[in-house]
Amino acid sequence: MSTIEQQLQVSAIKSGTVIDHVRAGQALTIVRLLNLAAQHKTVTIGMNLPSRKMGHKDLIKVANYELPPEEANRVAILAPDADINIIANYKIKNKFKVSIPSLIERLIVCPNPHCVSNHEPMGSKFATLHRGETVAVRCWYCEKTFTQDEIVDYRV
Amino acid sequence: MPTNFRNRDILSISEFSKADILKVLEHAQRLKAARRPTLLQGQVLGSCFFEPSTRTRLSFESAMQHLGGGVIGFADPNATSTKKGETLYDTIKIVSGYADVITIRHYLEGAARRAAEASDKPIINCGDGANQHPTQTLIDLFTIAECQKKLNRLNVALVGDLKYGRTVHSLAQALVHFNATLYLVAPDALQLPTQASRELREQGVRFSCHRTIEEVIAKVDILYLTRIQEERFGDPLDYERVKNAFVLSNKQLGRARPNLRILHPLPRVHELLPEVDATPYAQYFEQAHNGLFVREALLGLVLGKLK
Repeated sequence: MSTIEQQLQVSAIKSGTVIDHVRAGQALTIVRLLNLAAQHKTVTIGMNLPSRKMGHKDLIKVANYELPPEEANRVAILAPDADINIIANYKIKNKFKVSIPSLIERLIVCPNPHCVSNHEPMGSKFATLHRGETVAVRCWYCEKTFTQDEIVDYRV
Repeated sequence: MPTNFRNRDILSISEFSKADILKVLEHAQRLKAARRPTLLQGQVLGSCFFEPSTRTRLSFESAMQHLGGGVIGFADPNATSTKKGETLYDTIKIVSGYADVITIRHYLEGAARRAAEASDKPIINCGDGANQHPTQTLIDLFTIAECQKKLNRLNVALVGDLKYGRTVHSLAQALVHFNATLYLVAPDALQLPTQASRELREQGVRFSCHRTIEEVIAKVDILYLTRIQEERFGDPLDYERVKNAFVLSNKQLGRARPNLRILHPLPRVHELLPEVDATPYAQYFEQAHNGLFVREALLGLVLGKLK
């Protein structure tokens, strides 16, 4: 299936943002965390679309909204392979890949139930550790390290 | 170059460079040799213990008083506003207005680092759940250096609960700076967690895993024993199976090197028989005693009175 056909599966947008190559199953979480559906923005989501690169992927389209790179990077840990396409008049105006910041704040719920960040009214803070192809995160408070698969919840 | 300790938080042994460690040990040694009864005159320690402790709390309070300072604080959080639902952040913020340095023990992991965010006075972590207990590690290192006359290239056996015991994780981390060879002695269920052993491997530490003390006794300079915690075992039978493999008696010390010394963070239950106390290998009571001097050194350093 060509990219255009794939994108048409979830309807083309005239202008806005297409977040492509999102890990299958993560689209709804990303929409929630980036508050993409706020202020009546039109959001179209494709889930478990076939992908040559990833096997299956999710895709998010937000009409009439340009996602700033720093916002996209904020959730990059959920979708490290994501491509962001900024669309204007049905054409790609700008394209960039997300990059995982070295410090992720107020996003991840620490999987350690004994971590102070799960018991006090406070934010969470994680340092990212690159291990070859994979990325792990280390809690600033309890000092435990977790793989991406071990992160089960995120803060809205 | 060691870091400037003035106003520094002591939260995790991972934040100590080799030079930092050596600086603390050097001051502890001087304080052990000659008392400084007026060093911290007019300074106040806020001792915030949200969890029970004997050695750590009393040795810090004693250290402050030996140096001429005063102590305020609590050993029972039920007697504070925590009982009314006050956050840790607020409690520490208030105490930091009354004290010049704060020691904290808490059952939550990362609590000391959170406390440091609330306070402009230095925070010393006296144990945050299963996470860190950096002052214990400095005492262990001080005792090792004192009894072996060196810290570099020692063979150290860590014995007992290597999975949940925070003291062994921190000590293993600190020994990375001193080229130690580690012998990890534990039942399979209580071996060092994968994360900790991966970190040791990444740092190039030489280590091997063993199931009995007999396998390593003839090779080591330091035998660091910890209590196997019965409450960690789901099945009491599993505990019964392993507990005797880790009871140290004089019989097992027959093949020990003459310079072997036994350390234990204490309290001991039955993993270390009282008969061992009378042998020249027993160093654990001296280790507990050393807590006073190492903690005096830390108080003097973070309050800027020792350079």
